[in-house]
Amino acid sequence: MTRKQRRLMMIGGAGVVLVVAVGLVLNALRGSIVFFSTPKMVFEQHIGAGTRFRLGGVVEPGSLQRGDQLAVAFKVSDGSATVPVAFKGILPDLFREGQGVIAEGALDSAGVFKADTVLAKHDETYMPKEVADALKKQGHWKDDYEKKPPGAGPAASADATRPVR
Amino acid sequence: MIAEAGHYALVLALALALIQSTVPILGARLNDGGLMNVARSAALAQFAFVAVSFGALIWLNVTSDFSVLNVYENSHSAKPLLYKITGVWGNHEGSMLLWVSILALFGGLVAAFGNNLPLSLRAHVLAVQAWVASAFYLFILITSNPFLRIANPPIEGRDLNPVLQDIGLAVHPPLLYLGYVGFSISFSFAAAALLEGRLDAAWARWVRPWTLMAWIFLTLGIAMGSYWAYYELGWGGWWFWDPVENASLMPWLAGTALLHSALVMEKRNALKVWTILLAILTFSLSLLGTFLVRSGVLTSVHAFATDPTRGVFILMILCVFIGGSLALFAWRASALKQGGLFAPISREGALVLNNLFLTTACATVFVGTLYPLALEVVTGDKISVGAPFFNLTFGPLMVPLLLAVPFGPLLAWKRGDLLGAAQRLIAAGIVALLVIALVFAWTKGGAVLAPLAIGLAVFVIAGALVDVVERIGLFRNPLPIAARRARGLPRSAWGTLFAHAGVGVALIGIVCETTWNSEHIAAMKEGDTARLAGYELRFDGAMQRQGPNYRELQTRFSISEGGRPIGVMTPSKRSFTTRNTSTTEAALLSRGVSQLYISLGEIDATGAVTVRIYHKPLVLLIWIGPLLMAFGGLLSLSDRRLRVGAPKPAKPQRALQPAE
Repeated sequence: MTRKQRRLMMIGGAGVVLVVAVGLVLNALRGSIVFFSTPKMVFEQHIGAGTRFRLGGVVEPGSLQRGDQLAVAFKVSDGSATVPVAFKGILPDLFREGQGVIAEGALDSAGVFKADTVLAKHDETYMPKEVADALKKQGHWKDDYEKKPPGAGPAASADATRPVR
Repeated sequence: MIAEAGHYALVLALALALIQSTVPILGARLNDGGLMNVARSAALAQFAFVAVSFGALIWLNVTSDFSVLNVYENSHSAKPLLYKITGVWGNHEGSMLLWVSILALFGGLVAAFGNNLPLSLRAHVLAVQAWVASAFYLFILITSNPFLRIANPPIEGRDLNPVLQDIGLAVHPPLLYLGYVGFSISFSFAAAALLEGRLDAAWARWVRPWTLMAWIFLTLGIAMGSYWAYYELGWGGWWFWDPVENASLMPWLAGTALLHSALVMEKRNALKVWTILLAILTFSLSLLGTFLVRSGVLTSVHAFATDPTRGVFILMILCVFIGGSLALFAWRASALKQGGLFAPISREGALVLNNLFLTTACATVFVGTLYPLALEVVTGDKISVGAPFFNLTFGPLMVPLLLAVPFGPLLAWKRGDLLGAAQRLIAAGIVALLVIALVFAWTKGGAVLAPLAIGLAVFVIAGALVDVVERIGLFRNPLPIAARRARGLPRSAWGTLFAHAGVGVALIGIVCETTWNSEHIAAMKEGDTARLAGYELRFDGAMQRQGPNYRELQTRFSISEGGRPIGVMTPSKRSFTTRNTSTTEAALLSRGVSQLYISLGEIDATGAVTVRIYHKPLVLLIWIGPLLMAFGGLLSLSDRRLRVGAPKPAKPQRALQPAE
């Protein structure tokens, strides 16, 4: 084999791997990404039951109800719309009424958001970025969220819960 | 006074870095040894001043000087001493100071131990190092000065984020930064080689130990971070595919590729251009990681809102260094001569394959991490890319790579014998198949992929052993001879064994934990017993306790297996009054390399505690694997050929001096 043939072979091999990788990425991007919505967007976009997405907003004060077997129900609001959320499991330490939250899951046929993951942040002034943006856009931005949150470290500083399996 | 001294020392370090970044280059152009030697003393002095500055910040934290804004925001007088010290880098300003301190440390190390480097190469390397340092000094001094004072000092500080008040903060960030920033050395060497237009096997021999050192630290840093997240966050996850984690994984993947391609360059003088490019890319990914973490640009469970000036500043640094070095590469790379030839089936070919898969895997992580950001900028849609994406992309790319790992060391340089290698790996293959069959039979046809993945891991481990067994002729020669040959084997061969086996070990842990972990959540009252994976966990009771800066609800569980008591676990929930936050301190009980894990949820009105119990089979292997890899790296680092150093070009015979 000449030098040129060898190089062509190597480039060809690399090309094959890259094509495979691009295929994998495109396939995964189609199937496994999750969009973010606020309650208002949920109503505007008529998201169908069963479609997974992330719901972000503020936990409506007074809406938290605890049921049997670690079931909890609460409402997520962005000031102009409210979506009821059902979750089973342990809520993160920093889950509070009146504070920002992100839940991941899907709507059921009754319009209740069945969450399998609830994320809250280890910081009393923290507001999830998407929630803050959405609230700002709608003019519901509260001053007290604007305080600069104290810095977290470079490492894990989040808190999340997963479902009961 | 101390704060001002620290600030001033940092300014002086910047001044020294500016000198170090210009004068040696000028010296190299003018071929003036004196000017080139400025680099050495400047690098050492620069490190001394940064160390003073860093020491000043530690002192301010230890003495709880709340007239300094950074200390006020992140410390508290009641905080234990250890966290006063580690809290220094538990915030943005301090961690950037740690970043530059380590950068200066590495510059200082090259200056101190680089005596066998050609003078002009050392001058160039240290100058490039100083460019990076200058940029980051400016960043700290302009946007994130840790020494700012408050006009009316408060009496008490706001305390450190409780999650960070853990021994993990003492270990994880410094290790991670030693890794991240350590790659700056190979970057500087690459840039210096491009500037000089000269690159030989000796260059690779100088670069390899530095790369290896950075890689060892990064491996340990990532593993430590993962274990920290596992026990601190309270739900037993150890890897979240979070952008911040990906930010450290990308340089690790690229750095692993660099280690292997530098090997080809050192041994065979081939793949030069590619190695240079990888060195640039690896450090670029480290810079990208710094940007992602420090600018708060990504929506992440780690999200870190800081003011935009910082983000823009780091973005500028990022563009200048990545753009600049790639431009330099495009301009000068063609000047580098091509090296040795090799057949596709050869050790070199195997290492190319390794590089191909590692960089492709790195690229998929890159896409998954930055795609949401790009999409948000372009269309405004907000998406999150989580574990499913990476499982579908990163996972499949790792399978062929791991299958190929055992073949690499068995192939000869230049032209290898694939069939011969395969024959020698038959034993490893049989062992792997047996393990697959055993696991399959034992789990009675549960998960299909898990036994196959475990078989793959066993193949990697057995393959690594086969290489050494073959080289010392363990079963062909009598034992004493084999033992003598084992002693004579270069340490780098043992390093390969441990590093490759470590990959397999980690894979076994990952597969077992994700497939067979079991979980039990219940609201428990005193005297209740929960059962999980053959263990009985009895809730003995709870008590309130006062910690130095928190109150704690400590619970006690006695664990027994088949009626025989085996231990006590005391998970707790701490509430930190200063920040009005609480953390969950999970309790761990190791049984061999498996673990029981208890973390507490909230307490309901009836006094029952919500308890989450996990049984995680073989989970410790996930971190033992990286430890083995790092140990392998260490063995390789201590190899004689790196200790002895690169061969010097023969000195021209000195002509006879005329007698005076």
